[in-house]
Amino acid sequence: MIGASLGAAAYERAPEISRILAGAGPVEDTRRARLSAKADAILTLSGIGISFGGVTALSDVDLEVKSGEIRAVIGPNGAGKSSLINIISGLYHANHGTIAIDGQPFARVPANRLARLGVARTFQNLALFGGLSVRDNIASGRVHTRHTSFVEHIAGLPRARREDAVIAEKTDQIVVFLHLEAVADRLVATLPYGLQKRVELARALVAEPKILLLDEPMAGMTATEKAEMAGFVRAARDRHGVTIILIEHDIGVVMGLSDRVAVLDYGRKIADGTPAEVRADPAVIRAYIGTAEGEASDELL
Amino acid sequence: MNYYDFLFAIEVLVGGLLSGVMYSLVAIGFVLIYKTSGVLNFAQGSMVLFAALTFVSLVERGVPFALSLLVTLAVMVALGFTIERTVLRPLVNRSPMTLFMATLGLSYIIEGAAQLIWGTQVHGLDLGIDDTPFEVGGILISSFDLLAAAIAAAMVAGLSAFFYSTRIGLTFRAVADDQFAALAVGLRLPRIWGTVWTTAGFVALVAGLLWGARLGVQFSLSLIVLKALPVLVLGGFDSILGAIVGGLIIGASEKLAEVYLGPFVGGGIEGWFAYALALVVLLVRPSGLFGQKTVERV
Amino acid sequence: MAVQALDAERLPIDWQKLALPAVLIAVAYGLIPTYASSYLVEAILLPFLALSLAAVGLNLLTGYCGQLSLGSSAFMAVGAFAAYNFNLRVEALPLVATMILAGISAAGIGILFGLPSLRLRGFYLAVSTLAAQFFVQWALTKFGWFSNDNPSGVISAPHLTVAGFSLDGPTGRYLLSVTMVIVLTGLVWRLVNSAIGRNFIAVRDNETAARVIGVPVLRTKLLAFAISSFIIGVAGVLWAFTYLRTVEPAGFNLDRSFQILFIIIIGGLASIRGAFLGAAFIVVFPLVLSRLGAFAFGGLFDSGVLDMSQRIVLGALIIIFLIAEPNGLSALFDRLKRRIGSRSS
Repeated sequence: MIGASLGAAAYERAPEISRILAGAGPVEDTRRARLSAKADAILTLSGIGISFGGVTALSDVDLEVKSGEIRAVIGPNGAGKSSLINIISGLYHANHGTIAIDGQPFARVPANRLARLGVARTFQNLALFGGLSVRDNIASGRVHTRHTSFVEHIAGLPRARREDAVIAEKTDQIVVFLHLEAVADRLVATLPYGLQKRVELARALVAEPKILLLDEPMAGMTATEKAEMAGFVRAARDRHGVTIILIEHDIGVVMGLSDRVAVLDYGRKIADGTPAEVRADPAVIRAYIGTAEGEASDELL
Repeated sequence: MNYYDFLFAIEVLVGGLLSGVMYSLVAIGFVLIYKTSGVLNFAQGSMVLFAALTFVSLVERGVPFALSLLVTLAVMVALGFTIERTVLRPLVNRSPMTLFMATLGLSYIIEGAAQLIWGTQVHGLDLGIDDTPFEVGGILISSFDLLAAAIAAAMVAGLSAFFYSTRIGLTFRAVADDQFAALAVGLRLPRIWGTVWTTAGFVALVAGLLWGARLGVQFSLSLIVLKALPVLVLGGFDSILGAIVGGLIIGASEKLAEVYLGPFVGGGIEGWFAYALALVVLLVRPSGLFGQKTVERV
Repeated sequence: MAVQALDAERLPIDWQKLALPAVLIAVAYGLIPTYASSYLVEAILLPFLALSLAAVGLNLLTGYCGQLSLGSSAFMAVGAFAAYNFNLRVEALPLVATMILAGISAAGIGILFGLPSLRLRGFYLAVSTLAAQFFVQWALTKFGWFSNDNPSGVISAPHLTVAGFSLDGPTGRYLLSVTMVIVLTGLVWRLVNSAIGRNFIAVRDNETAARVIGVPVLRTKLLAFAISSFIIGVAGVLWAFTYLRTVEPAGFNLDRSFQILFIIIIGGLASIRGAFLGAAFIVVFPLVLSRLGAFAFGGLFDSGVLDMSQRIVLGALIIIFLIAEPNGLSALFDRLKRRIGSRSS
């Protein structure tokens, strides 16, 4: 397990201390609160576990993500991939474990402060605002940078106008970057599925996040669309230096795109390493052959 | 508190619990439809009015009691299937709020039609139930209330048996659980919804008869929907048990509040007390006492 | 809430689009005060204006922000009774200030009853707005202070004067009403086209996504409740002071709340223009129905029958609109305009 046990003593206690400061009570098991001391780890999950109504979705999962890498999490259906991303973004609350975002430890990530923590995400099932245009959807990704009140907006005061202008400029840049010019003023609900996925990526990117969580960004796409999307994801990392955590079904895409891959099965991490290492791991092969996902295991083999 | 005050409090409590059962009776109609189709059917109250008005008008025109009951039931079945056909089917896959607003429109239609057909006067309804109160251990209990409670209890038992031991009940539950899955395995949703609305129509008939015998059959009967809503909120929209417990809690606390709290604020608090109570519970449990907590799928 | 079509109002400035409002304002201030009969003003225009404004307010909350409210008329009542009391108890308070204070009172009550929206969603919230409906009506009837100890809780409009001009006549009341409606609608129009308005829509369309990208969801909902209640409160003042002149709490009942909801369903959710089209429809429709009924059935069509058939037709229209044209008269209007446009070109 890379980086999981390299914690220096001072870091060992960091999550607990901050949690006590936040009034959340002490960690029930300090040994579980493992935190990476690696300077370049931008996101660290330690001992994450969650269950829904008695069904365990994740148990004791560690994950460490280095700054600027594309980190994939794969696994068969129901392996807990989406739960993992929902825990990182604060929509689910883990029963066990801690999450450190950019050195700041949390037992529960506050979803409403996520954007200001520098984390943006996309959703497995589209989560766009159907009643807004493409441009407005993208612009909404920077809503966390706004400081103006409704009165300033109604009155059209300079501060509100300046804020709008800055956001409009950033939005335009992303529109160009993701080739959405032709549809920018259309109602987002009228776009084809593949383009809507791209708008979601745009809405996440416009926030200029440090960490970008992509929950199956290529699900349901054609091969061409997938290749295009993979290109955008890589370009986003190369040009903006954003760290990307990618959950994806299409193993072919994942292996070509990621720097490191973690494999989940039945809520446990069964492998972690470079694409080549993971591909050769017998546990991974077993997990994939043992499921109905023949297509995936074929590609793997 | 002396002995007689205590007895009086108990009497108020028992009276409240019994009238609470009457609330539950209306609320169950809502739960049936909500569970199987996710629709909060605002028209349930007007269905109660429609059923009672149809029945009483038939009886007044000399139709025998049993036949009137049968004809009214047939009318409710027809109504249930008509609603499925003309309102629900065209709105399938639309948001729950849209469906709710449609049932709001539906309640206007049914109320208007009921009174256009049968007139707006108040009808007395005599079910031949003796309503002399009797005494148990120093407490006066209305025998009508007790019988109404017994009928309600029997109906709940009947519905539960229907839900949990018949084939059609099984399909109801399957649909309630997952509409898409039910559709995928070949359950015919329109027929099931038609049946559910019919069942709700039957519940409305029973509620209409009991409430009508109590209050007289008139327009205000449809307003019992407003009594049932806080019960539903308290118990959770999707739980029959919740409708019963919610009805009992609201019935009892409403009566107690009226007697012991009302005088301090000028009385007349029964219009909103149930809502305030339901709100307090909701703030602690956002899906009611027995409602299903849904894990958000993202 | 279903996805609402983007209004014409949401596009960047287009002079053609501004032509219609300009014509409407010319009609409102030129034609109507000069030529309209007092029947037209008293029986149609005044209720139309008050209901339009109330519908604009509800549309902000329900159409744009997606929070279904069944208690609108309670906020109208708060506005009306607050205005009455401010006027009665504060010496020499200008009428406009009275109206604004009334709106602020309604906004305060709106925030109070909007608090459950922070935890509740959908039907649970809709039912909790009924609490506002019943509680407000009860309080206004029960506590004599609100109606200056009138035994049945009735309040009467004071003399309406603005800057020394008496506005008690039909034309004066009309001008007061139409000006308030135009100003407030203009402000709402600016709001829904601003970033704040887009936050409303974001919360409506996908609350989870809105939260994750940093929309202050709780604050946005409360803001929607506050502004919506403010507007509905002022609409209540117009209803009480310019239209009916004498109102009682029972006049602000659940049926009135439903009426306002029906206006925005028929007119079109999340459309300002829809609020006006819907209100016009709701005001004119009973008059047309009664004429038609009298024409077709003669004496048989008495007020009872009219009332019932009105309910039936209204209910049916709601369902028909929800099925066939979820975006209401507003969308119908657009389609008509396009068809005429394509024919003439």
